[in-house]
Amino acid sequence: MGELHWASATELARSLETNEVSSVEITQSLIDRAAAIEGELQAYLLPTADRALTDAAAADERRAAGKSLSPYDGIPLAYKDLFVTKGITSTSGSKILAGYVPPYDATVVARCSEAGLPLLGKLNMDEFAMGSSGENSGYQITKNPWDFERVPGGSSAGSAALVAAGGAPWSWGTDTGGSIRQPAALCGVVGVKPTYGLVSRYGMIAFASSLDQAGPLTRSVRDAAALLQIAAGHDPMDSTSIDQGAPDLLTGIDGGIAGMRIGLVKEFSTEGTDPGVRTRIEEAYTRLEKLGASLEEVSLPSFEYGISAYYLIAPAECSANLARYDGVRYGLRSDGEDIIKMTSRTRAEGFGTEVKRRIMLGTYALSAGYYDAYYGKAQKVRTLMIRDLANAYSKVDLIACPTSPTTAFKFGEKTADPLSMYLSDIFTVPVNLAGNAGISVPCGLSPDDGLPVGLQLIAKALDERTMFRAAYAFEQDLGFASSDEGRPKL
Amino acid sequence: MGLDRKAVDHVARLARLDLSDAERDRMQAELTNILEHAERIQALDLDGVEPTSHAVPITNAMRPDEVKASLTQVDALANAPAAEDGRFRVPRIIEDAG
Amino acid sequence: MTVTQDIYETTVGLEMHVELSTASKMFCGCEVVFGGEPNTRTCPVCLGLPGSLPVANERAVEYTIKIGMALNCQIAEHSLFHRKNYFYPDMPKNYQISQYDLPLCYGGYVDIEGDFGRTRVGITRVHLEEDTGKSIHIGGSGRIADSDYSLEDFNRAGTPLVEIVSEPDIHSAEEARAFVTELRAILEGLGVSDVRMEEGSLRVDANISVRRKGETEHGAKVEVKNMNSVRSVARALEYEERRQRKALESGETLIQETRHFDEKTGATSSMRTKEYAFDYRYFPEPDLVPFEPSAEWVTSIRDSLPESPAQRRARFVDEYSLGESDVGILTASVRTADWFEAAAKAYEGDPKKVVNWIIADLFGLVNEAGIQLHESKIAPEQIAALVRLVDSGAISGKQAKLVLADMFETGDDPAEITKRRGLEQVTDTAAIESVVDEVISENPDAADKVRAGNTGTIGFLVGQVMKKSRGQANPQLVNEVLRTKLTS
Repeated sequence: MGELHWASATELARSLETNEVSSVEITQSLIDRAAAIEGELQAYLLPTADRALTDAAAADERRAAGKSLSPYDGIPLAYKDLFVTKGITSTSGSKILAGYVPPYDATVVARCSEAGLPLLGKLNMDEFAMGSSGENSGYQITKNPWDFERVPGGSSAGSAALVAAGGAPWSWGTDTGGSIRQPAALCGVVGVKPTYGLVSRYGMIAFASSLDQAGPLTRSVRDAAALLQIAAGHDPMDSTSIDQGAPDLLTGIDGGIAGMRIGLVKEFSTEGTDPGVRTRIEEAYTRLEKLGASLEEVSLPSFEYGISAYYLIAPAECSANLARYDGVRYGLRSDGEDIIKMTSRTRAEGFGTEVKRRIMLGTYALSAGYYDAYYGKAQKVRTLMIRDLANAYSKVDLIACPTSPTTAFKFGEKTADPLSMYLSDIFTVPVNLAGNAGISVPCGLSPDDGLPVGLQLIAKALDERTMFRAAYAFEQDLGFASSDEGRPKL
Repeated sequence: MGLDRKAVDHVARLARLDLSDAERDRMQAELTNILEHAERIQALDLDGVEPTSHAVPITNAMRPDEVKASLTQVDALANAPAAEDGRFRVPRIIEDAG
Repeated sequence: MTVTQDIYETTVGLEMHVELSTASKMFCGCEVVFGGEPNTRTCPVCLGLPGSLPVANERAVEYTIKIGMALNCQIAEHSLFHRKNYFYPDMPKNYQISQYDLPLCYGGYVDIEGDFGRTRVGITRVHLEEDTGKSIHIGGSGRIADSDYSLEDFNRAGTPLVEIVSEPDIHSAEEARAFVTELRAILEGLGVSDVRMEEGSLRVDANISVRRKGETEHGAKVEVKNMNSVRSVARALEYEERRQRKALESGETLIQETRHFDEKTGATSSMRTKEYAFDYRYFPEPDLVPFEPSAEWVTSIRDSLPESPAQRRARFVDEYSLGESDVGILTASVRTADWFEAAAKAYEGDPKKVVNWIIADLFGLVNEAGIQLHESKIAPEQIAALVRLVDSGAISGKQAKLVLADMFETGDDPAEITKRRGLEQVTDTAAIESVVDEVISENPDAADKVRAGNTGTIGFLVGQVMKKSRGQANPQLVNEVLRTKLTS
């Protein structure tokens, strides 16, 4: 198996079952790995090594007694700090929640805990999930394990970096406009945004309620399906959670894609996409055909307006979701002679620039006289996108495109112009707006800069199985993840 | 359609953000820029298109009227920046439009 | 006293908030309880903790639809919750989950009897939302303006609240009072709320404007708040009417503002002088899904509606052959009406007899004690028993009044009281005859007069017998015996 910290969750599950290795050993190896790399990587906001080892010991005891809670009982994982964890600080990457200790667990956390997964810690992220590089964290900069001068992507920066660097076999991130898929692509790992409503949002510190979804980041497609399955399914604490039990995502994952129809989006121009990215993506399309899929062009005219609609809807919802951070009941409180001064100063001091920008944008888009022109219209664009996709899915089973137009960019490269940062979400945002499922799977390293490139597959709502099946077939044929080339040298 | 300084000040007040002058200047330019891009959607003919507020086809999600355990007072106040007599303490309330 | 509508006309619209009597809150399972130690009925949802989400209380939705139906509204086929955004420390999320342009119920009416006879007051909408927490202001008079700081209790935050908005179809303070009274009775009958204004489970705000008759433009709309009883509503609006008329008469311009009613002085005073409009930035609540009540559910709610106060009044007139004014008194509150019906049913005879005893006698006792009819110690069955005792002749009407007073004090059964006080009317003919003989022999002249045909004097003799028997002889029987003895 080689080094323990590079094993996939699926492999670890087998090793645990055959008693080749214990949960404590696995957990210790990951703690050791983190110790070796965190000096540079800075993925963790809060490692919880003691807790992880306690959890692991309990898992080993259960296994010995034949009482394992699940096939993955004892395989550790880490969470983006956006998930509330009972009794453990949860900040959503923001100073305004410094030291905030939640009295409850997010449903995703509770379900993984019920499956026996030890808790490694909380991971760095762009503040309140707003960002595409990790540079907006209120605390620290996480680096891309492939090149420490480059961003890991965002907002699930730590989730992607840790998994890519062998610090954990899997992690949870969240995706509102691409925040799982884009960092997954930039770090050369697998990232999934499930269908909206498949995974409970209860306990996810909200950014944009109608777009946020939790999803796994892993080094293999099978692991992603396995982790998603543990958490997915109806939650009575979330009104927007789909009224279905946990789906079966693993059965048939290796069924192959012969006969599958895959659509390529006409309106996704290659202009603005790195040539290196384009090369690997074209190769990926060829591979899919080789595996038996047929490719055809689909037209999604409304997708051209995805960024425009997203940067009206998401800020509008976030401006309301972040109103609760007012210094009254929890979090930071600044001085103020009266409630308005106190709240205004608290928010000015506690929020970073990007968050303030989006709150201002959102407040404006909703304000009197502007609702119809901005927010109202953006919601209509959404309807058009859903329609366009429905049309497309009458002809194809999946849509394929790059996850990100570029490979990992350098720190500071896009921070001067917020709009240029926003435009890196161009391929991911439409999936959130429509509520569909999307996966980013590594498709090689760019011939230009040797940095990872991600292929995105977009499925119909609740059709994760088709998406996993195609991603798995592609991944197995490419053999990137399991190769030496597929790991950063650190 | 750009944002003038008055609009920036008004929105900052609505959003309870105490921005510095430098921040306001920068905000004015950046927001104008972003809104210009967002305005591309004005080109679309959206008459007769229903807005989507929920991309998930669920209706009537409800729960039965059952009492569940609440947090204790201690837990409710655990993260309070200031508390007195079991209540959250706040500075003097000023009434304001919006 | 109501305003004379000479050259001015008054327009009033009312906005009511009703706290629903569900067991748990609107969006979480915390218990809804009046009072209690602060911040002991909260959870991540109603405290607005990061990551929490709302889930709607089914009974609250049902109650809202019930209210809408009782107010003759249309029930929406597609309804949404919206976020109403504003900052205030009693608001855990700094937005309130409420309803905006797609409320659960709309377009109804309530008929009332007021100053102008029967009036139909339109109901614009009935919608569902969540209540805020409670602030107390420390350091001054207890009001915000002179406080040093405030303290927040979120026990009440998240309680289901129904907002009822009337059309501006009310044209006097008295009509407003009649409207609120009728609405209270309707809501009480539905069992959806305690509707106690003093406790805050029914809150009323008013918008009132006065203008010269014939003007097409409405006068400045003045909002009046802090009316904590039905009587306060009438007093506050009367005051406002006078104030606005005076201003118009003297040529002053009235401004659109919000005014606070003071219980002690009976006057309103300005709360905010500058005209402003909150920008609530309403948008559909993304954490909740649309509500589309099914036809089956709506039908089953409609089938479960109890008799409305109006229907009950009509039935009382029919079933008990009661006059309108008696009906008015007996249906002033649901419990009074219930009490009366129980008494009438227990009696099984002509309900008019029971009505007379209640209205002529019992009401006097009850009002003097300052309580409601159903709050006295007397059970409906007991008053029925009392009337039956009088019917059977066991006691006289006069004695029955004494018994009633005793029942009011002790709650004892009338039969028991009669025995205890030795009030049984003597109906033993032999005993009466012997007393009558005595009286006749003691009053020979009167007796002669009766024998001679002057039946009027019999009254005097009856009186003498009653005196001798200490009021316990049955007067009719005495009369009969006297006649028999003196006219044969």
